[in-house]
Amino acid sequence: MSEIKKFMFVNRKAPHGTIYALESLEVVLITAAFDQDVSLVFLDDGVYQLKKGQQTKGIATKNFSPAYRALEGYDIEKLYVEKESMQARGLSEEDLLVDVTVLGRAEMGELMNQQDVVLSF
Amino acid sequence: MKFGIVVNEGPYQHQASDTAYLFCKAAIEKGHEVWRVFFYHDGVNNASKLTEPPQDDRHIVNRWGKLNEEHGVDLVVCVAAALRRGIKEENLAKGFRISGLGQMVEAGVKTDRLIVFGD
Amino acid sequence: MLHIINKSPLTNCALDSCLRVVQSGDILLIEDAVYAATSGNVFEDKIREAMGRCKVYVLQPDLDARGFGDRIIDGVSPVDYGGFVDLTTTNKNCQSWL
Repeated sequence: MSEIKKFMFVNRKAPHGTIYALESLEVVLITAAFDQDVSLVFLDDGVYQLKKGQQTKGIATKNFSPAYRALEGYDIEKLYVEKESMQARGLSEEDLLVDVTVLGRAEMGELMNQQDVVLSF
Repeated sequence: MKFGIVVNEGPYQHQASDTAYLFCKAAIEKGHEVWRVFFYHDGVNNASKLTEPPQDDRHIVNRWGKLNEEHGVDLVVCVAAALRRGIKEENLAKGFRISGLGQMVEAGVKTDRLIVFGD
Repeated sequence: MLHIINKSPLTNCALDSCLRVVQSGDILLIEDAVYAATSGNVFEDKIREAMGRCKVYVLQPDLDARGFGDRIIDGVSPVDYGGFVDLTTTNKNCQSWL
């Protein structure tokens, strides 16, 4: 597979309440292994996936949030958060586990337009 | 055109599987190719051969199988998602195969359009 | 770009978020999102506003199934599954707002 496409993963769901965030992360890691151009977008409740300080011991599930920090090691460095989604949830960049690029809503729309494959779970 | 399809929800519980199937049928009728349908999350339950709907209802599992038989659509079930939910070779319906997540990425790379159906 | 929405705007923010972010392109309402294409619901003004910059389509079989086949907002274009397929081919990419 020599062809390189622009893959965007749009995360709009909060972690823990459903499995979507965890299984989305599993696809992202595999996609990186295929040498594709990968972007991750966090919109709406998806922003909660990146919240610092998640402790899942009390709900007896796997805490996968540290895996977002490992993305860099897989050469996945394009992480985007929509400003409006972050503000609506009382969050700022300091609340997030990883470094992200914050985009306004129109810039986010433009970034989506530029993709070849957009996956959402 | 060559299509890839991703189904993220189980049959009967959510309309996603029905919409995906009707989309595939319409695409094939228009002369397009549906190259692969990839089943992820609870979508893996579309591949259980133990499924027995009431007689007056559609048989979602067999309907997918027929798409494979008649049009050669590659029906791939994600192995990690399937094992989590108890779908294995022993209860896999005819026409489906179990493989890795790379098959979804490959569908994104090799088709002209990848369409996701889910919740 | 084609944006596919499948949730009622009265229970889920998917359509609202799509309209916030998307500046142009096609929007297709399917499954429970078809309620957004029916006249008289509180979301109608937002759909009318969106039609100024996007083209809005609705999946007719989903509207019919829900008893709203005759209540479609003026200017929203009904399509069948074949029309859905055409929208994915005429647009160069698509996104499902799940």
